[in-house]
Amino acid sequence: MTIRVAVVRFPGSNCDEDALRAAQRAGADAVFVWHRDDDLGGADAVLLPGGFSYGDYLRSGAIARFSPIMKAVQRHAEAGGAVLGICNGFQILCEAGLLPGALARNSGLTFVSKPVPVRVERTDTPFTSAFAPGATMTLPVAHGEGRYTAPADVLDALETDRQVVLRYAEGANPNGSANDIAGICNAAGTVVGIMPHPERVADPLVGSAVGAGFFDSLLAWAAPAPR
Amino acid sequence: MTFRVHVRVTPRTGLLDPQGQAVQHALHELGFAAAAEVRIGRAIELRLAAASAAEATDLARRMCDKLLANPVTEDYAIEVES
Repeated sequence: MTIRVAVVRFPGSNCDEDALRAAQRAGADAVFVWHRDDDLGGADAVLLPGGFSYGDYLRSGAIARFSPIMKAVQRHAEAGGAVLGICNGFQILCEAGLLPGALARNSGLTFVSKPVPVRVERTDTPFTSAFAPGATMTLPVAHGEGRYTAPADVLDALETDRQVVLRYAEGANPNGSANDIAGICNAAGTVVGIMPHPERVADPLVGSAVGAGFFDSLLAWAAPAPR
Repeated sequence: MTFRVHVRVTPRTGLLDPQGQAVQHALHELGFAAAAEVRIGRAIELRLAAASAAEATDLARRMCDKLLANPVTEDYAIEVES
């Protein structure tokens, strides 16, 4: 039994091939869907890949969130379907209101592209169940607007409700993110947004496969519970 | 009637604006020591057909709430001229 994964392509997506490949390597039946499509083709899970959708015009993700496919993603998410937004995908999820807060310009002003140590804070999501609680790993980040920002009460709620999924290791926050947040999820834990790029380190061929766990998790999540 | 609408979007008060800080630093380097609280946002201009200035303002506000500004990180100001 496998799982059908839709990888959404926006004009300007550039991590779509990597995301598709990472999902396929984990054993998923992964397919691309175009931003102008209006349905997900029966997908069980959705990946919003990284890149610069619509040239990052206005704000990162601001225009992509109104593309036709996002209505289908919204319905899928509201029905409890799994959604993972990576980098630009995380920005789109925030703009769409599927996740709280926003990603602001990095505090250091520069575009940051480097490996960063992170810690898995929550393992009961469709994308992190393959990890041990508190597991640490090094994942690449590549973004100019990755500083997670939210009103103080929202930040408090995220911590209280355990909605922080991924956190930069102490002293390794690359962008000034509030509470060292690298990734969060919605209240149900089914919609996840992360700034680091696990799909870029999901194959030993590229020197590291630590990110494969995000995609292996999805397969385990979809498998029927043992009787 | 047609109106000229100017929308000014700025980083939320109190929110770190690294662009503004960097430019302020550069201004100080250039000898403009008096420059303070530099904030950088964006200006959006558009022409808008509406029955009245009030309607134009209302339309522009809805555009800001829906797309032009992010309520988490940005404030906006609207100016309408006929």
